[in-house]
Amino acid sequence: MEQPKRILLIGYGNPGRLDDGLGPAIAVAAEQWQVDGLTVDSDYQLTVEDADDVAKHDIVIFADASVNGREPYGVEVVQPKQALSFSSHSVEPSVLLHMAHALFHAQTRGYILGIRGYEFNEFGEGLSARATENLEKATAFLRLALDNPSLLDVPQQMN
Amino acid sequence: MQDTQDMKRIVIEPVTRVEGHGKVTILLDEENRVKQARLHIVEFRGFERFIQGRPYWEAPVLVQRLCGICPVSHHLAAAKAMDQIVGVDELTPTAEKMRRLMHYGQMFQSHSLHFFHLASPDLLFGFDADVAIRNVIGVAAKHQDLAVQGVMMRKFGQEIIKATAGKKIHGTGAIPGGVNKNLSIEERDSFLKDIDQMIEWSRGALAIARNYTIENLEAIAPFGSFDSNHLSLVREDGAMDLYHGNLRAIDANGGKIFDQVDYNNYLDYIGEDVRDWSYMKFPFIKSIGPENGWYRVGPLARVNACDFIDTPEAEAARQEFMAVTNGKPNNLTMAYHWARMIETLHSIEKIRDLLHDSDLQGTDLVLKGDRRPEGVGLLEAPRGTLFHHYRVDENDQVVMANLIVSTTSNNEPMNRAVTKVAMDHISGKAEITEGLLNRIEVAIRAYDPCLSCATHALGRMPLVVRLVDHEGNEVAKKST
Repeated sequence: MEQPKRILLIGYGNPGRLDDGLGPAIAVAAEQWQVDGLTVDSDYQLTVEDADDVAKHDIVIFADASVNGREPYGVEVVQPKQALSFSSHSVEPSVLLHMAHALFHAQTRGYILGIRGYEFNEFGEGLSARATENLEKATAFLRLALDNPSLLDVPQQMN
Repeated sequence: MQDTQDMKRIVIEPVTRVEGHGKVTILLDEENRVKQARLHIVEFRGFERFIQGRPYWEAPVLVQRLCGICPVSHHLAAAKAMDQIVGVDELTPTAEKMRRLMHYGQMFQSHSLHFFHLASPDLLFGFDADVAIRNVIGVAAKHQDLAVQGVMMRKFGQEIIKATAGKKIHGTGAIPGGVNKNLSIEERDSFLKDIDQMIEWSRGALAIARNYTIENLEAIAPFGSFDSNHLSLVREDGAMDLYHGNLRAIDANGGKIFDQVDYNNYLDYIGEDVRDWSYMKFPFIKSIGPENGWYRVGPLARVNACDFIDTPEAEAARQEFMAVTNGKPNNLTMAYHWARMIETLHSIEKIRDLLHDSDLQGTDLVLKGDRRPEGVGLLEAPRGTLFHHYRVDENDQVVMANLIVSTTSNNEPMNRAVTKVAMDHISGKAEITEGLLNRIEVAIRAYDPCLSCATHALGRMPLVVRLVDHEGNEVAKKST
């Protein structure tokens, strides 16, 4: 029997900035599931030490709020990319994937699950109504994709 | 913004999503002489309103949302203020040491991230190196061991935080009057397993920063440098204390402006100036006034201000650091890196000592006293002194919050550094190269500003550098 893929889900964003909490919200949902091989993490943003965790998995899914992406959600394949910036404390998924490959010799595949949000610019808890609807759809998709990761490669059929 | 017909503008500004941001504007005349250089940081002031009306015990959790970079600093500063609200002036040994462990973990991971992944490309490759290699991936390619060390040191600190605060988002470890957990034997042993490696790597990082400073002293001495006052907390015996102490301010020659000031009285000593061109305030020492009373905070200020460090290896490093300036305060902007690595070694020495202290396994976690209406909490965050001040009404609701974050205290020094570098390296140049513009960032980066704190939002510091001529045409652009 084939070993289940080791999948890392990182839901990131700031729950104190309204719809920016979409990433952590889907991580909370995923923590309730019993999926073999799934590791769930959640943080305000991605940082360099995540590279070590990414390297220990076959697949990493970066779940984040999307400011102007596809509704209700979109999936993108992450291409490893060298950082041309080092002014930031946070790290982009593409750079993190590159670090996992370059520093830890991993072959992890990466995907961004961007969940469309609408309200970001105020302090406040809770998701907007439209973001909540998008979260439900994205959560349903994620549950399917965890059982069948190939779905991540055909995002256009999922939206 | 004054933008006259005969002047050019260089603008360094970020591309952000929802974060607050900063930008550097350098105004040139027709002969490319720098007329003015300013760092602008757009500051949202929504947080003080957001927290009003919330129960005081939620504050240590809510304030973590100020910043994805140093949530632990805000968590602990708010908890210290709330200790006062619940009438607790001294925590149990277990609570005090758990909080210290959390704080040193934060200091260790934050300084490691900054040094290995933000600063080291400048130090290892030089300010003029190809931008394609002058980044963390360039470090990884040429010094893979250093890049891996940076990741693993950062991770070690984050794991300490997780074990003491509970989780990365909305950590709840510190609560008014104490903490809500101790450190298990299993957790302790997992850290002890790696502690010697962390100390060894910290020594190595300190050596890099020290050697860079010594070997390049002539070149970096004037780089973005200027005399300044310095402010930090110190312990009652004058030792560096990153978690708790009294306020000390010294001048550029080491003379004490004030010392052992109870931080509950900070408003008697620290004012905040407002300038029409900046959203961010300019803190100053009241007895001197806004013109000359501005001060530096952070690693450089702390190493300058303390009398000694109470861990042996960091103290030896401090003595060597101070010897460079014959015992007087070091006012070199680039010396921040060396000072930061001294603190990194100090933090890991402290972590080691705490892990061997059985008080961390104690079960007396929380105290309670008589409710008070007001509380002030200060600590030394990675970037400098962090002030939290709250008032709470009889319904237990926060009615006033005032925060002064480290980056705000360093507002004037960063502006001075930008101006100095612009004057020294850009003024009069016929062509503004990427390397020249990078020097501006190098000077700002020495302070490790956290724009997310300063803007009260999640933050990054991506910068776009634009050179605009007097007709508004973009003649150069740098995106970092």
